[in-house]
Amino acid sequence: MTVEAAVPPEAPAATEYDIRLIGLTKRFDDVVAVDGISLDIDRGKFFALLGPSGCGKTTTLRMIGGFEEPTEGRIELGGVDVAPLPPYKRDVNTVFQSYALFPHLTIFENVAFGLRRRGVKGGDLRRRVGESLELVGLAGLERRKPRQLSGGQQQRIALARALVNRPRVLLLDEPLGALDLKLRKEMQLELKRIQADVGITFVHVTHDQEEAMTMADGIVIMNGGRIEQLGTPSELYERPRTPFVAGFLGVSNLLEGTAVAGDRVKLADGTEVQCPHEVLGGRTGTVQIGVRPEKLRIGGDAGNSLSGTIAESAYIGVSTQYIVETPAGPVTVYVQNDRPGGQVATGERLTLSWSPESTFVVDALEGSS
Amino acid sequence: MGLGLFHRHRGATPYLLLAPGMLWLAAFFLVPLGFLAYQSLESGSIIAGFGYAFTWAWSNYSSAVRGYTGEFERSFEYAGLATVIALVVSYPVAYWIAFRGGRWKNLLLLFIVAPFFVTYLIRTLAWQTILSDHGLVVRLLTDIHLISPGGRVLATGTAVVAGITYNFLPFMALPLYVSLEQIDQTLIEAAEDLYASKWRAFLRVTFPLSLPGVVAGTLLTFIPAAGDFINAQLLGSPTSHMIGNVIQSKFLGLQDYPAAAAMSFILMAIILALVLVYARVVGTEKLTG
Repeated sequence: MTVEAAVPPEAPAATEYDIRLIGLTKRFDDVVAVDGISLDIDRGKFFALLGPSGCGKTTTLRMIGGFEEPTEGRIELGGVDVAPLPPYKRDVNTVFQSYALFPHLTIFENVAFGLRRRGVKGGDLRRRVGESLELVGLAGLERRKPRQLSGGQQQRIALARALVNRPRVLLLDEPLGALDLKLRKEMQLELKRIQADVGITFVHVTHDQEEAMTMADGIVIMNGGRIEQLGTPSELYERPRTPFVAGFLGVSNLLEGTAVAGDRVKLADGTEVQCPHEVLGGRTGTVQIGVRPEKLRIGGDAGNSLSGTIAESAYIGVSTQYIVETPAGPVTVYVQNDRPGGQVATGERLTLSWSPESTFVVDALEGSS
Repeated sequence: MGLGLFHRHRGATPYLLLAPGMLWLAAFFLVPLGFLAYQSLESGSIIAGFGYAFTWAWSNYSSAVRGYTGEFERSFEYAGLATVIALVVSYPVAYWIAFRGGRWKNLLLLFIVAPFFVTYLIRTLAWQTILSDHGLVVRLLTDIHLISPGGRVLATGTAVVAGITYNFLPFMALPLYVSLEQIDQTLIEAAEDLYASKWRAFLRVTFPLSLPGVVAGTLLTFIPAAGDFINAQLLGSPTSHMIGNVIQSKFLGLQDYPAAAAMSFILMAIILALVLVYARVVGTEKLTG
């Protein structure tokens, strides 16, 4: 596991963390933007802070960068609390959403900015700027001004300008947000390659779940200033622990039921569903079981099953999406179009089945009985 | 229908739009300027019965320079001093309003412009009272021994420079504010992120990006200040008179039009030359941002 659950500050650290956030809180007047989050990030990992706008991910990043002062809590970089330090005294560099290239300086001077402040000069300076531009594939543009570059090129320069300083941690604030889809996909892979090349810890803020899944070794999903869940992309997708995560990361079918045993949940219509012991996690009373649409089979007997009628179908090429009305509620199903003419007509009755292993459990929504 | 004209003569549209302004400039700037040039080469005297005649009298120019070198020098010295002081005083003010003003921005800008609601003459007369021999400023400066007992501020060059600085301050502060206000705060954050202290970030990023405002402000202050005569007349003495005072008295008092016109042209030429040198030094792109 690349992401460690936060440990209390007095416990000894098991591995080397690059960043530890301990009880970090930020209040703006009476709005709590970040609400006491604790988080450890391993050295050399590509880490994503994922969440909808206003979830506190950018504020968290800005606190690590030093642009916002935490109301409470500690920010440790390599074991040292940097919360009281200004940005220029932190071994952290940022790639800003707007790139923030200096319009009055050449590309060379933009990239050299941090090195010059640290007293790097002459041949050493030129060599490091050159290497950095090569890393992002833009050698030869040294004498241009930022406005003469395309958005994608500016983005790469912003990356080069930060990486050339070899910081302990690189912060990326939605850096791909302004790029078009094709370029964004390219840059996702490019960023991943560069991160693997340089081995610096990346903390990437995004609201794009696909982007986070593609690039990150570990993801923290934030909502309302708190951490909903952290884990690897597959852990988060296969075993979401909260209704929010289940809904935010991909599509989930959530069906309400009552836990009747350590590994069984009885749905509203009386159907019993099996799930792994650990996903129910000792819950009792009302819960929701979840299953991803692509994990459902039409017919078969994979362990759990549910009958219903097809209410809607949509053919989308690689797969067909069905909405099946069942006594336990509507269920979305994706069926691979692996043979011609395999579609099922609307109104037809069928049985859906899925494996207990593919079943996850989240808390029931508040206010429902 | 009305737009048909513009569609048919698409190429002519810019010229049609420019025409009113151009005509205005031609009628009220170029024609009088030509007349002034003509006048500056006339000769004759008031004794001969107002009979000035065009005689290519280039001597008007040489005698203007010879007779009033001091006034010319003083004009540029006072205007230059006032410009520098106005820049130093208004930069922090404009900076503070642009970056820290928040919702008070417009009100604070209004305070800068507020003196303009009173006429130039009245504002300058008010400074006579402020700087008068028994006024608060003189008493204060005497108390801290900056001037000796019985010393004056009024009727000195200092008073003239103070008046000019005060009167042209908004012309400096407003362009500065505009250029500072346009600076993306993220750029300053980026500089600090790249290990620049607040002061370094100011020197390397904020100040260079505010240069268009500095250039515009210094020009808007320096050019009219160099030709000013009100401040020297009301706050100075004959020993602190500027070339504007001489031109004013020749035109309106002595009615020596040729000499006054020649001086106006010399003043204009020197200002033009200084502006060109200035633009060359700071780079013309700064003028347009």
